Amino acid sequence: MSVLEKVRPERPVTARSRPPRVTDEHGRRVRVGELALRYLLLLAVLALTVGPFGWQLSTSLKGTTEDIYSSPPGFLPAHPTVHNYTRVADTIPVWDYALNSLKVAAANVVTNCVGSALAGYALARLRFRGRRVTTLVFVLAMLVPVEGIVIAQFTTMRELGLNNTLVGVVLPGAIGAMNVLLMRGAFRGLPYEIEEAAYVDGADVWQRFLRIALPSVKGTLAVVAIFAFMGAWDDFLWPLIVLSDPSKFTLTIGLNYLHGTFANDERLVAAGTVIAVAPLIALFACLQRYFFRGVGEGAVKG
Amino acid sequence: MAATPVRVRGRAPAGTRIRRQLPVSPWLFAAPGLLVTGAFVLYPFFSTLVNSFTDRRTLLPGDFVGLANFRELLHDDMFWTGLRNSTLYVLVVVPALVVLPLLLALLVQKNIPGITFFRAAFYTPVVASIVVVGLIWVWLLDERGLVNSLLETVGIGRVGFLSDQWLLLLSAMAVTVWKGLGYYMIIYLAALANVPRELHEAAAVDGAGPVRRFLTVTVPAVRSTMVLVAALSSVAAFKVFSEVYLMAGPDGGPAGEDTTLVMLVQRTGTGLTGRVGYASALSVVVFVVTVALMLLVLRADRREES
Repeated sequence: MSVLEKVRPERPVTARSRPPRVTDEHGRRVRVGELALRYLLLLAVLALTVGPFGWQLSTSLKGTTEDIYSSPPGFLPAHPTVHNYTRVADTIPVWDYALNSLKVAAANVVTNCVGSALAGYALARLRFRGRRVTTLVFVLAMLVPVEGIVIAQFTTMRELGLNNTLVGVVLPGAIGAMNVLLMRGAFRGLPYEIEEAAYVDGADVWQRFLRIALPSVKGTLAVVAIFAFMGAWDDFLWPLIVLSDPSKFTLTIGLNYLHGTFANDERLVAAGTVIAVAPLIALFACLQRYFFRGVGEGAVKG
Repeated sequence: MAATPVRVRGRAPAGTRIRRQLPVSPWLFAAPGLLVTGAFVLYPFFSTLVNSFTDRRTLLPGDFVGLANFRELLHDDMFWTGLRNSTLYVLVVVPALVVLPLLLALLVQKNIPGITFFRAAFYTPVVASIVVVGLIWVWLLDERGLVNSLLETVGIGRVGFLSDQWLLLLSAMAVTVWKGLGYYMIIYLAALANVPRELHEAAAVDGAGPVRRFLTVTVPAVRSTMVLVAALSSVAAFKVFSEVYLMAGPDGGPAGEDTTLVMLVQRTGTGLTGRVGYASALSVVVFVVTVALMLLVLRADRREES
């Protein structure tokens, strides 16, 4: 596939039948040689970043009779089969684990959205004694490295009798301090006048929050939701520490278990990882712009 | 915030406006967040500090032992191994994560056809769970995995990426860099968008080639972002756990030589016989080094600026 072929269909044909021009973000023309080099580099990086996922997918689709260790390697399965996916479900309760992960992630989304919107609104818009101290508490909490407190979090959970439960998995990250500060920033960015008008019309604080402020920060709320989902679905260290009963495992812990116990069958592990990563890639594909926004906003705040 | 320069905060008549609100409601709004943060972040933080001076175990309350845990640290070979590995991790991973994502951002900056696809694709490793990423690379770097069969095909022969102590650590570092590339690329993209085009044009007119322009225009313009990336990635690198745990195994590779500090915290502090006191002392070291790293990066930044 030549570069020009890639380029041509994407440009609308203009009235003047000029050859299509590829321009950069400033409307300047990009030279063909440079363009070819760029695409070459892009494809190389693509192979490096996405290739490993493709190899994993390919491995998971190879049948038990196919040699997965061959050299030179066979990139595509000769006889694609989903047999490994049923086998992985026979080996570990992978769908139960996926359900546990889903429960944890969904709960994390709800608690983070509700909790950080409420607290963020209070910090941004409500006037009360101790507001600055409260803000400082969240800033400090954001700076505490989770890895340094997992042991104490575990003993806290034991004291509460919540170790080895999914509630225990959710609680420590249920309302992230960083999310509270993100929501605070979003609310402060809103013009006050509308809320003021609502206030004059007699709207109380809940009404102003629910009807006026909250609908205006949907974008940030979506970012919080997405990162809460992803964080919970992907988390490893904390569930590894707090869960000990295999029936409560989340998908990541289950995969680690699968890897440890059946490391010799790469097809099974591959099928398991595909099950774990597919939902997130789908989510990402649909909601890309929120992912990128989240990173940008996080960086500004960081 | 730039969009609303209105005086949101310091308005004089605010008191009259807020009076009608019940005095208790701000606290109701903040309560869930404060409760979770207090109970599961700040309380564990302080109890980690307190526990580090006790010999508490998972099932035993323990007594105050003064600095005994910290004295024990000094004579614990595993602690020094963990500290060495976590420090090496910072030294290797941070420069790579400061430079490579910037180059990648430059590559995807121009709006050429299909570029949004490439940007999104390069971000995929960020979205995937670290467990998935770890297992993918365990399989890729396996003695009989893809990388080795490619190496064999081109005649180099097979390499024991996951059996040699140092190769294992290096492989884990490579995986960390691989997973972080897309994340920092997006941060750099946002910064690059703010670099004025005139600067590049002026430099080009003066006869500066691409490399020269990169060093004299791009780098100075995104310098504060580079500092941010250095700070974020050094803190993350020092606390590395999952990659090494998955690739080297729970015991940290051959003779535990690939154990990182956080792996050691997890290993000593958990389970029914977990030494909570000693693990807390290890955690305190993690805190101290994390804060020190942040200060170090920020200070290096200030010195360069002046």
